[in-house]
Amino acid sequence: MGEFVVTLLTGLSSAAALFLVASGLSIIFGVTRIVNFAHGSFYMLGAYIGVSAVHAVGGGAIGFWIAILIAAAAVGLIGVAMEVLLLRRIYRAPELFQLIATFGVILVIQDITLWIWGSEDLVGPRAPGFTGAVTILGQRLPEYDLVLIAVSPLVLAGLWLLFNRTRWGTLVRAATLDRQMVSALGVNQRWLFTGVLFLGSALAGLGGAIQLPKGGADLLMDFNIIAAAFVVVVVGGMGSIGGAFLAAMLIGLLQTFGIQIFPNSTLILMFLVMAVVLIFRPWGLLGQPEIPGHGVVEAPEAPLRPADRGLRIVGAAVLAVLLLLPVAHLIVPSLVGDFSLVLVIEIMIFVLFAAALHFIMGPGGMVSFGHAAFFGGGAYAAALLVKFAEAPMEIAFWAAPAGAALLAILFGWFCVRLTGVYFAMLTLAFAQIAWSIVFQWGEVTGGDDGILGTWPSDWASSRIAYYYMTVGFVVAGLLALRRILFAPFGYTLRAGRDSPLRAAAIGIDLKRHQWVAFTISGAFAGLAGALFVYSKGSVFPTAMEIARSFDALLMVLLGGVHSLTGPIVGATALTWLNDLFSELSYWRFLLGATIIGLVLLLPNGLVGLGETGFGRRLGAAPDREVPA
Amino acid sequence: MTPAVLEVVDLSKAFGGVRAVQNVSFSVRPGELLAMIGPNGAGKTTCFNMLMGQIRPDAGAVRLKGRDIAGLPPHRIWRLGVGRTFQITATFSSMTVRENVQMALISHRHASRKLWRPAAETDSGQADALLDRVGMAEQGDRACSVLAYGDLKRVELAIALANDPDLLLMDEPTAGMAPRERIELMRLADEIVVERNIGVLFTEHDMDVVFAHAHRIMVLNRGELIAEGAPEAVRANEQVREIYLGSSVKTGETGEADAP
Ligand SMILES: Nc1ncnc2c1ncn2[C@@H]1O[C@H](COP(=O)(O)OP(=O)(O)OP(=O)(O)O)[C@@H](O)[C@H]1O
Ligand SMILES: [Mg+2]
Repeated sequence: MGEFVVTLLTGLSSAAALFLVASGLSIIFGVTRIVNFAHGSFYMLGAYIGVSAVHAVGGGAIGFWIAILIAAAAVGLIGVAMEVLLLRRIYRAPELFQLIATFGVILVIQDITLWIWGSEDLVGPRAPGFTGAVTILGQRLPEYDLVLIAVSPLVLAGLWLLFNRTRWGTLVRAATLDRQMVSALGVNQRWLFTGVLFLGSALAGLGGAIQLPKGGADLLMDFNIIAAAFVVVVVGGMGSIGGAFLAAMLIGLLQTFGIQIFPNSTLILMFLVMAVVLIFRPWGLLGQPEIPGHGVVEAPEAPLRPADRGLRIVGAAVLAVLLLLPVAHLIVPSLVGDFSLVLVIEIMIFVLFAAALHFIMGPGGMVSFGHAAFFGGGAYAAALLVKFAEAPMEIAFWAAPAGAALLAILFGWFCVRLTGVYFAMLTLAFAQIAWSIVFQWGEVTGGDDGILGTWPSDWASSRIAYYYMTVGFVVAGLLALRRILFAPFGYTLRAGRDSPLRAAAIGIDLKRHQWVAFTISGAFAGLAGALFVYSKGSVFPTAMEIARSFDALLMVLLGGVHSLTGPIVGATALTWLNDLFSELSYWRFLLGATIIGLVLLLPNGLVGLGETGFGRRLGAAPDREVPA
Repeated sequence: MTPAVLEVVDLSKAFGGVRAVQNVSFSVRPGELLAMIGPNGAGKTTCFNMLMGQIRPDAGAVRLKGRDIAGLPPHRIWRLGVGRTFQITATFSSMTVRENVQMALISHRHASRKLWRPAAETDSGQADALLDRVGMAEQGDRACSVLAYGDLKRVELAIALANDPDLLLMDEPTAGMAPRERIELMRLADEIVVERNIGVLFTEHDMDVVFAHAHRIMVLNRGELIAEGAPEAVRANEQVREIYLGSSVKTGETGEADAP
């Protein structure tokens, strides 16, 4: 009994940080409609700044709490800086584009944190006055846990008062329901947004700082919390703070009890709960259905046209260079080194991965936050076959697209019931389930140590042979995807994206088509995973982590979602940049800054350059008629 | 007497406290042009949405050629032979006019899952024929996103005819059109009804159009059916006169004040 009570209390205390981060995320989303990927980074900053603040203020009984509040306020101001310098300029850009901007912020913050505080984990200061433990029914519970248990309801009450008893709060609630209404009231929307960013970010900072006595500060905190925070927001309902509270408590309890019952599957448990909730309550426990057209209306896409001569010539030239590169390597190895071939192989693999994601994102209008599940899932399918059945490449290779397709059939069945942000969040959840299985099921997957020894068969084992094999598969894959886009199926997908109402009214069972599309996309991502696992000779859980899903997302968005050229250009640019910067220390900073710069300069993606005079001459984008 | 293509019995729907449609019953026969009129918010669009499955009725039966279709999803109802145009046009903005019609034809042939043969080559002749029927043949290659509103309405009509429906639902087919266009479009509707012997149910705020073309008229007010019958009878109905302030119904002037 005592054990049960203490576990319960531990669960509630561990929910505090999660609730703070998730409520901030939810408030920001509610008003700005921006899913702030960087929210985990704000949480991490809260922890680091908290450590420094405690040192600066001195850890007296009051000093500790002052330091924590300083950390929260400082992070709030960082959020304001992000709003004023970045988000404010892109509120009119397509919603997705705002995602990449906040993703750039993650990278920048990672390296700034590394630069200021170093790579060592920091031990959190202890809270004066709460260093001991209390005994409850014969079981010991740290005193600080009681503090944390009290924090969540206090903050919830504070937020309730703020939103229901102040003019500002009422406006925020109004803005969450209807943005136009607020501008109609003549409120300065900018300051409302800035204020919301301050509040939301400060909550994340508070979450990071307040957990210091238990968790300290480390550089992985950002990604570790963001997945859980997304889960909480989605389970609770986007934009609902009460929902976030409920969901955080639920997840907190689940994790502490789960660890006792299934010690190796706590992560899986969390995402399973999310999947179950979304199936029965697609908009979360206390959420509202997504109102279509709430966001910025995007300009309609131009009709699909086969590439014109200009683009065909460019394509043929690129292909010729790709085919001749190994020849150049043999003739002038000093100029075209082995590393060039390695880089091109890597680029080609990610081109295929990005094109697979684009297939559902562009024509399908379904944004997946978790496509690495299929890339990594495919890679693991092949690797497992090698590990346990010693299958040769000729067989194991095909297990990758097949395995990924099966995974996509399973995940897709749940995901296509949802739309928009909810769809995206559910794909993320499933990807994390897959990742946690691979990560925690060490006996089979090797856990963190991965699976080694996935080398190509003899005929493909030389660098040049594998190079040609990769180019062959990727080009064939791209042509196949293109073919499907131009076929009735691709048109049907676009029809469903343009107008689900009309699509249904001409007899199209949209969900079914989207499910098939999701599966096709998964299979091609799996094919990219197969090429990946055999090019590296090994696979690790990183192949399916969130960061990899985000990479793919970034490639598509940076390249531009409106044509297949987009992911090709985006993946090439990003992989190449990654390679270029990875030699340097603080390459994440450079990459993040580059991404932010691109977002600010090119709100239509790199291929959007095509809409300027230069690209139109290249035929990158069809001419648009001006709407009547 | 030919059996009705559509029979509606006691159809009802409420949104929260708003009783949008209450116990509405009527039927449409093949070859009949039935008008549903009523002031803004009377429940006309809600009725249409329940007929084609966009909204599930709270109560009531919808029988299409004798088969109960209430609660089926729109894509199933379409396959049973119902075409529809929307009050706020719904077309595929990233496609050309011809491609919009092709999509409906492709779906009609159950070919929407074909992965190989380019869609552009599929059913283009038939699409052009349909576009020609609604007078949009020259604009087949234009993007739907750049069309004038009246033209969009005609494209929608071509789309709605693609599955050779037995029942055609048109929600304010002439809204946003110039007077001459209205006359042309309704003349087209007249012809189609005769040609194909289909039942047409349409809503309309322009009383000239209604009284010139409808074979029968039903009047909805606050969700309730208050009158139904031949145009002359409806014109003479006291309650209807009250709702329309006497003026437009008596004189036959257009109910422009009601148009969106
Ligand atoms: N999805 C909805 N949610 C809530 N209320 C709705 C919804 N759709 C319609 N209503 C309400 O139901 C009533 C009937 O609306 P409906 O659109 O059917 O009227 P209508 O006769 O088509 O009007 P109009 O001539 O303006 O097109 C109105 O009061 C409307 O506000
Ligand atoms: Mg209406």
